[in-house]
Amino acid sequence: MTALAPGKALRVAFGETIAELARSDSRIVVLDGDTGSSTRTDIFEDEHPERFFQMGITEQNMLGMAAGMATLGLVPIVSTFSCFIVSRAHDSIRVLIAQPKLNVKLMAGYAGLLAGMTGKTHLMFDDISIMRAMANMTVVAPVDEIETRQALAAIIDYPGPVYLRLTRPNSPILFDDTYRFEVGRAVTIREGTDVTVFSTGTQTSRAFEAAQILAGEEISVHLVHLPTIKPLDVDAVAGAATATGRVVTTEEHTIVGGLGGAVAETLAEHAPLPMKRHGLQDVFGESGPNDALLEKYGISPRKTAEAIREFVT
Amino acid sequence: MTQTRPQYSAADIADIARRARIHILEAVAHAKGGHVGGPFSAADMLAALYFRVLNIRPEEPDWPDRDRFVLSKGHSSIALYTIMAMRGYFPVAELQTFDAINSRLQGHPDMTVTPGVDMSSGSLGLGFAAALGIALGARVQQRGFTTFVMLGDGECNEGIVWEGAHVANRYQLDNLIAIIDHNKLQQFGWRGETTSERITPYTGSQLADRWKAFGWQVLEVDGHDVQAFLDTMDQARAAPGGPVAVVAHTIKGKGVSYMEGNYKWHSRVPTDEEFAIAMDELGASEGGGA
Repeated sequence: MTALAPGKALRVAFGETIAELARSDSRIVVLDGDTGSSTRTDIFEDEHPERFFQMGITEQNMLGMAAGMATLGLVPIVSTFSCFIVSRAHDSIRVLIAQPKLNVKLMAGYAGLLAGMTGKTHLMFDDISIMRAMANMTVVAPVDEIETRQALAAIIDYPGPVYLRLTRPNSPILFDDTYRFEVGRAVTIREGTDVTVFSTGTQTSRAFEAAQILAGEEISVHLVHLPTIKPLDVDAVAGAATATGRVVTTEEHTIVGGLGGAVAETLAEHAPLPMKRHGLQDVFGESGPNDALLEKYGISPRKTAEAIREFVT
Repeated sequence: MTQTRPQYSAADIADIARRARIHILEAVAHAKGGHVGGPFSAADMLAALYFRVLNIRPEEPDWPDRDRFVLSKGHSSIALYTIMAMRGYFPVAELQTFDAINSRLQGHPDMTVTPGVDMSSGSLGLGFAAALGIALGARVQQRGFTTFVMLGDGECNEGIVWEGAHVANRYQLDNLIAIIDHNKLQQFGWRGETTSERITPYTGSQLADRWKAFGWQVLEVDGHDVQAFLDTMDQARAAPGGPVAVVAHTIKGKGVSYMEGNYKWHSRVPTDEEFAIAMDELGASEGGGA
């Protein structure tokens, strides 16, 4: 079994990439919700101080101001923790960004289970469900630094509001430089015949490791990464599901309404077949070291392999 | 910058606002729904803004250098639509489609369907934040227009207003003018001596004091005295430094005796008899058309 190479945190790739993109794109401005030293918009501020706006701890206002800036043709990149964007500023996003379809990019840092000893207030893992339900919203969750860089470049040029899910810890590298991200396109990570596993965001690396564990047990996993949860690549989902006849979804996110929900809705209409949703159960989180959280909440590579094994045997 | 502000006199504008109130009540009666009290308290100021203060081109609603106007108290949309129709953005007859299915004139302003509406609004406080973003964006792009935003006094209950008030001061947004329609009543508000008597959300100078405390320059004016309001707008544009808040003292339901100061007219459809009295008081027989 080959281990994935270590990589940077998605937040670092984010900070570096927006600073780089802004060199040739004068439309880009960054609005920070007083978390830049964590979400790494500090990298952008250092290089482009005249286009960096500290909004302080005013999330509802920050998202509203971003909408106003977008009406002038600017491309506002709004950055703070996922919980404060999605929960705290939901109304501003709904009324001022999604309804008028304004070109604001929502950069949700510290999403998921691994937000660094913060506990349930900050651990946001129903964000995909909530943002996916909002009309006009595109939802993207990259897996590694390479995909994060490409996704950022793509969504800056993608008209309309986009929610990008970024995470805190260092993430292993799954893709190489030949990879090309496209909004709305599924990516086959590994061919297999026994079960189709759909995954998104940073959980895809754990799903990849789980598939390697299961390969040693002669369970052949077909792994498909869905970096865009909305719009979902319906044809790819239906096709890959039908090919093996059995489906598991796995995500660092609640199983209620997220990737599992999106895939279940799609398959129920296009290719109904046996399916299991794996991920965080209908719970809130707690503080703890990353490895302990992954084990306790059941989404470590080992626990993910266990869930797939149980389903297919 | 091309000046495209026509020179209507204060008296002309006052008469436009009188006729606007007739259209507003007709539209609400026709739609069998909508707000009246807030639109009436704002009518004189909206007429002054669109017929004199704002640098706009109704024939070219998306003109990039236009002054921006955001009606953050979005429930007064019918007043905005009426004044915009009278100014030539769309036919006055279209006011009869207010709140109807497929109408461009939605219950709350929708920038995606109504020509000349610079920002959607309706959930209170949000339009204010968007206006601050327009003003900050204009600074980034080094554009010379001014952004105006109108809030209600009840709207100032919202926390987001004070988040924005802080940030606007932090960035010294001198290209932004906020007008607060201080009509002393909100939808239901706080009980007075009896249930039918409601008290003002902000007594005395409380509202002005709050904006001052957030570092804004504050001007106060009678929002129904058109000449005074025009002078105050000139003063606000010329004011050096940071953002300006104009606290406009108004009367909710202004123009119809039985509506004035009565919270129940926040949102209510007149009976035939009430409608007739209102039309009489608003001088419909002296010319109610556009």
